[in-house]
Amino acid sequence: MTHLVIAPVLLPLLAGILLLLTRPLLPLGVRRGLNLAAVAGQVALAVWLLTLVDGGAILTYNLGHWPAPFGIVLVADRLSVWMLLITALLAFFALLHAVRGTDRGSRHFHTLFQLQLFGLNGAFLTGDLFNLFVFFEVLLLASYGLMVHGGGARRVQAGLHFVVLNLVGSTLFLFAAGTLYGVLGTLNLADLAVKVAALPPENLGPVRAAGLLLLAVFALKAALVPLHLWLPAAYSSTSAPVAALFAIMTKVGAYCLLRVETLIFGAGAGELAGLYADWLWPLGLLTLLLGSLGALAATELRRQVAYLVVVSVGLLLSAFGLATPAGIAAGLYYLVHTTFAAAAFFLLADLIAEERGSLADRLVPGPTVRRVGLLGGLFFFTALLVAGLPPLPGFVGKFLVLRAALETPGWPWVMAVILTSGLLGIIALGRSGSLLFFATQGATNQGDSIPSDSPGKSGGSAWPTLGLLALGLILLAWSGPALEYCAAMADQLLDPQGYIQAVLEPPGAGDER
Amino acid sequence: MNLLLVVLVPLVGAGLTGWISRFGRMKSAWMTGGLTLLSLACLAPSALAPFAGEVVVRRWPWIPEVGLDLAFRLDGLGLLFAIMILGIGLLVVLYARYYLPERDGLGRFYAYLLLFMGSMLGIVLSENLIQLLIFWEMTSLSSFLLISYAYRKQESRTGARMALTVTGLGGLAMLGGFLLLGEMAGSYELSVILTQGDAIRADPLYTPMLVLILLGAFTKSAQFPFHFWLPHAMAAPTPVSAYLHSATLVKAGVFLLARLFPVLSGTPEWTWLVIGTGLATLLIGAGIAFFKHDLKGLLAYSTISHLGLITLLFGLGTPLAAVAAVFHILNHATFKASLFMAAGIIDHECGTRDMRRINGLWKFMPYTATLAMVAAASMAGVPLFNGFLSKEMFFAETADFSSGFEYGWILPSLVGLAGVLAVAYSLRFIHDVFFNGDPIDLPKTPQEPPFWMKAPVAVLVAICLLVGVLPALTVAPLLKIVVAAVLQAPPPAFDLAIWHGFGLPVVMSLIALFGGVLVYTTRRPLFKLAERVEGQLLAKALHDWILAGLLHGSALATRWLDSGSLQRLVLTLVLSVLALGLVGFLDDGSPLTGPRAILPIDGVSLFMTAMLILVATATLVLHRRRLTALIVVGAMGLLVALIFVKFSAPDLALTQLSVEIVTIVLLLLALYFLPQHSPDESSWARRLRDGGVAILAGAGAGALTWSILTRPFDSISDYFLANSLPGGGGSNVVNVILVDFRGYDTLGEISVLALAGLGIHALLKDLRLPGLERDAEGRPWNWDLHPSIMAALTRLLLPLALLVSVFIFLRGHNQPGGGFIAGLITAVALIMQYLTNGVAWTHSRLSGNMYPLIGAGLLIATLAGLGSLVFGYPFLTSAYTHVHWPIVGDFELASAMIFDLGVYLVVVGATLLILIHLGLMHQASHPGPNQGEESL
Repeated sequence: MTHLVIAPVLLPLLAGILLLLTRPLLPLGVRRGLNLAAVAGQVALAVWLLTLVDGGAILTYNLGHWPAPFGIVLVADRLSVWMLLITALLAFFALLHAVRGTDRGSRHFHTLFQLQLFGLNGAFLTGDLFNLFVFFEVLLLASYGLMVHGGGARRVQAGLHFVVLNLVGSTLFLFAAGTLYGVLGTLNLADLAVKVAALPPENLGPVRAAGLLLLAVFALKAALVPLHLWLPAAYSSTSAPVAALFAIMTKVGAYCLLRVETLIFGAGAGELAGLYADWLWPLGLLTLLLGSLGALAATELRRQVAYLVVVSVGLLLSAFGLATPAGIAAGLYYLVHTTFAAAAFFLLADLIAEERGSLADRLVPGPTVRRVGLLGGLFFFTALLVAGLPPLPGFVGKFLVLRAALETPGWPWVMAVILTSGLLGIIALGRSGSLLFFATQGATNQGDSIPSDSPGKSGGSAWPTLGLLALGLILLAWSGPALEYCAAMADQLLDPQGYIQAVLEPPGAGDER
Repeated sequence: MNLLLVVLVPLVGAGLTGWISRFGRMKSAWMTGGLTLLSLACLAPSALAPFAGEVVVRRWPWIPEVGLDLAFRLDGLGLLFAIMILGIGLLVVLYARYYLPERDGLGRFYAYLLLFMGSMLGIVLSENLIQLLIFWEMTSLSSFLLISYAYRKQESRTGARMALTVTGLGGLAMLGGFLLLGEMAGSYELSVILTQGDAIRADPLYTPMLVLILLGAFTKSAQFPFHFWLPHAMAAPTPVSAYLHSATLVKAGVFLLARLFPVLSGTPEWTWLVIGTGLATLLIGAGIAFFKHDLKGLLAYSTISHLGLITLLFGLGTPLAAVAAVFHILNHATFKASLFMAAGIIDHECGTRDMRRINGLWKFMPYTATLAMVAAASMAGVPLFNGFLSKEMFFAETADFSSGFEYGWILPSLVGLAGVLAVAYSLRFIHDVFFNGDPIDLPKTPQEPPFWMKAPVAVLVAICLLVGVLPALTVAPLLKIVVAAVLQAPPPAFDLAIWHGFGLPVVMSLIALFGGVLVYTTRRPLFKLAERVEGQLLAKALHDWILAGLLHGSALATRWLDSGSLQRLVLTLVLSVLALGLVGFLDDGSPLTGPRAILPIDGVSLFMTAMLILVATATLVLHRRRLTALIVVGAMGLLVALIFVKFSAPDLALTQLSVEIVTIVLLLLALYFLPQHSPDESSWARRLRDGGVAILAGAGAGALTWSILTRPFDSISDYFLANSLPGGGGSNVVNVILVDFRGYDTLGEISVLALAGLGIHALLKDLRLPGLERDAEGRPWNWDLHPSIMAALTRLLLPLALLVSVFIFLRGHNQPGGGFIAGLITAVALIMQYLTNGVAWTHSRLSGNMYPLIGAGLLIATLAGLGSLVFGYPFLTSAYTHVHWPIVGDFELASAMIFDLGVYLVVVGATLLILIHLGLMHQASHPGPNQGEESL
């Protein structure tokens, strides 16, 4: 049992505490450096863990030295570690953007940032349903704090909606976890899988209902239609680095859906096999369509990007819903791309808004943007990335999903919707780019738009944005190995026996205390 | 390697060219020309292979798992296109350098042009279909950049976006088609696909696949009804039009028809779709071209018409038709490129492109006029020029094809009509522009352009002539290998000659020539007629209408869905959950009620249930009077605490009790800033709806609980009971679960509490809310803040309360209690000080800065967990020992107690932090006497 498994959780927690305690003592520059170092440390930890699980090993960590399923267990398999790595990389660039000055907006930005990572890493590593609930709470509170960071009426309103809705979600989570515990008598995910596989038929009803309640909880987090409507307001009104970091938040929901879909309601679940998959792909497709319409209708760039996040969730969950090795692998490849792309777009939207003064990011013709070459070029590139156009990884991801869909009976639907939403995306982004960069007549009426968080500070560094875009290019160039890893992840997920054995029958199970 | 370089040189060079233009506009022109030549040079080593009947294929692995590799292929077809792309590209580079105004830096232009050139080369040299599609989309994107080059003009933006939308639609459809095709053939490699024509044509999914791929080809090649984007793309600078609309972009579509000809052609679906589309495009394009007054407009529609012609030829599906099609691709590229360049010269020299004003240019620019006239004659299909040869083959093939059908004469007559129109518009181009009187009111006086601007035109026109006169010597060998590549079979015998003997084609050519002249002479009444129907061009109007509808519709739909109402969000969530829960339960026949025996109802339970229902109803009834409702809610919390007592859970009861008190106090503080009464806003229908939803949700939760409670409970909790004392060193199982079995959860939860404190602090920092001056009954607020008797009493109580909390904390591991409860008790004791003595008084005795407390608490809890790592045990492993202290006696000391201390500190800190900041807001909001008291 290596302690490395818990390090990605403890490092942000300790860093968060340190940043809280040193707030009045150390100057801001030092604290920024500390925060960045802590995030870089998490990148390193994730890479290290990746080398350990790459061969297919599943690392477990029994907290308090209590054997599973009685204590809480952490599980690091390929998927968890992959998510850790994406999170840490994303956080690094989001933070790099924030230290330009956004972090002055409220007192505890740096502490909240690290505790948000604590919540994310905890959620990805846990192998226990109730512990997942706890980390959902950590995530919710930290993201609420970050979301309203900087203040302003619209932001606070969106934050309130976000927190109220998620509290209802948390309550539902408790209902679901309680029901599962009441019927199955355990909270350990692996143990739940074992119990569900051997479920007597008279208990199907409550377990299925609880499973679907969990689906609703995770779908709310992931912003799946019809539970997606909180996202556009929340993401478009918060500050840029926070919105960028939130690119991973919907993926927490998607991760949980995938985990439960494959582990608990996978092929071995008897009557309940495929419980999630049957819901995921039709709802995913609907999400794609409604998200695309929203992107088309948006009158502000940030709102458009937020809707494009919804679109990506739709594609991602449609892929996961295919429940085939190729589908899940395609989804996981797409997940990496879309996380970085969406984050880059949020950061870029901020840079553009900074240059446009009072017009901010509203999609109306304005005076020529300063640095039009750089920003226009970045916009063009990012738009291609997000719209899934060649030759960028968005296209590869979309191609992989479509290819995987061909093996399933619902392929005409999947293909029709994905291609249509692609076209809508092109139209929407073409329109925005044209309005922001090409149509440069004057037209200024002040509206209720959110100014950038560093107002009057134009010429902000584009390096964090470029960094995220570069990550996309790296993914593109190494698409072969990346997809190989994704396929290995999918295989590991679809054969949950390995996970169950690693948790419930660890090699050194003999040494009880 | 060289094939990869052919494509990579322009693509990589694009960035370089954009950069080098900083050092002078000429540098980027030379750079672009050099790169084009370099790319040609890279092509040269392999250029002879196709003549020897070889197909060069080179592969580099990229994503081998899904059959997606970088694979390039050079055969006759690819070679022809590559030569056209690079050759005409070179001429366009030269031409553009003189065409674009001096103030233009050229760097951006040439960079886009190279990007486009590289993408186009990628299409024609691709072996892998998906890779082909990647380059295909890249041409759409780079042409978007080129068309929108003069982006300050509205028409450039519209044209570019229209092109992107239409070709984007086609590209996506084609992706679908290619995926299906790849699935059928088992590979995306052309080498494999081209050998499986029969199997693919027999596939049940052949028709959808064909339609999808044709959509891609037709949109790109501006076939009816997608043709409308092309004339709007004329907003691009003329060099771009000369390049994109003669040899490259629009030819990509017909290239694809040629590429997949052996696989897709020969079925009725193919024949009908391709011939029908081609014919419609041929006629409509030719018809409209004649009526265009804009020089480039005429050329644009003529391009559409010629693309229709090529498509129609591929639709015929015979080997000889394929020969004609390929030949015409080449011929059209040469004469159309030169015509566009000539039109550009005229525009450049006259400052307008309106043929109603440009007349009699012969006198001003005789050399240019000669060149343009030769090219236009070729376009019309006049003998001795290359256009004539392919056009006659076209006439021959259509006549041949339709000879077997009953109404076979229709096709040749329509084709003949198109020939007539082609002659008419070519004649108009010649006569209107160069003769027909004198120019009318031109902005500039035209003169001959610089030599190097004419040179590219001259080169192309020379090719037109050379091929037209000596076809067998010049193009025949090339044509042979191209056709072999298109057919994937030995080419049919064909004879390229000006005179084939008298026959139907010659008659058709003659009719076309004389008919065209006739139409041109009657043009004036025809123009008048055309003016009346102008603006009702169906396809473009339809496109605009669809797009506007789409925007409007999506705005409506989104506004309806995304109304920004929290109530709506919650309603959606609750309804979704209800639906999911219902489906979950009803999907199979498992019973709601389990087999467990139901206990008899006792008086206490009955009373409590009744009270709960009563209190809940009271909350509902009283909810408009917020203060009262809050107190009633408090009563509900107390009832829950009593229920815990009833079910022997003293820990929970204690926790519930203290949590309830703290919550109510905090809520009271917050309520101060809100109106005391909720206004009556909802309609009855709304209330009925919400009531119904609430009852359903409650019933659902009840049913779920019922289903659990009536089932036998067999869980891991026995393990906790058995191991609490021997393993965790405490007999209070609840506390051992909190700090040991599931200490990790507790660590998370105290972080949540800390986060709540920090979040609220961050939120309230700069918030200044106005407080109330008067209450709802109009009585002024009471400024007597701190009643002295109460203050004295609570000061006395404080040490006692703290003692109790220490006691509760210490006994926690074995008796009801623990850090959480102790923390709450301490918090309550301190809150009382704040309430009765005021923030200022308290702060003078106790620091209001709670972060160190919270941080220390979290740190202690984490370090307590980390301690076990030193001994080689996992995080949060506890150890305990028996200690004997004199007087106190025997007790157990567990390391988990340190963890519990952390919990205690965080609870105290976070609770007080929230309270203090809400309290401080009060101070700030009071206009009353305590203004100066705020000192934090």
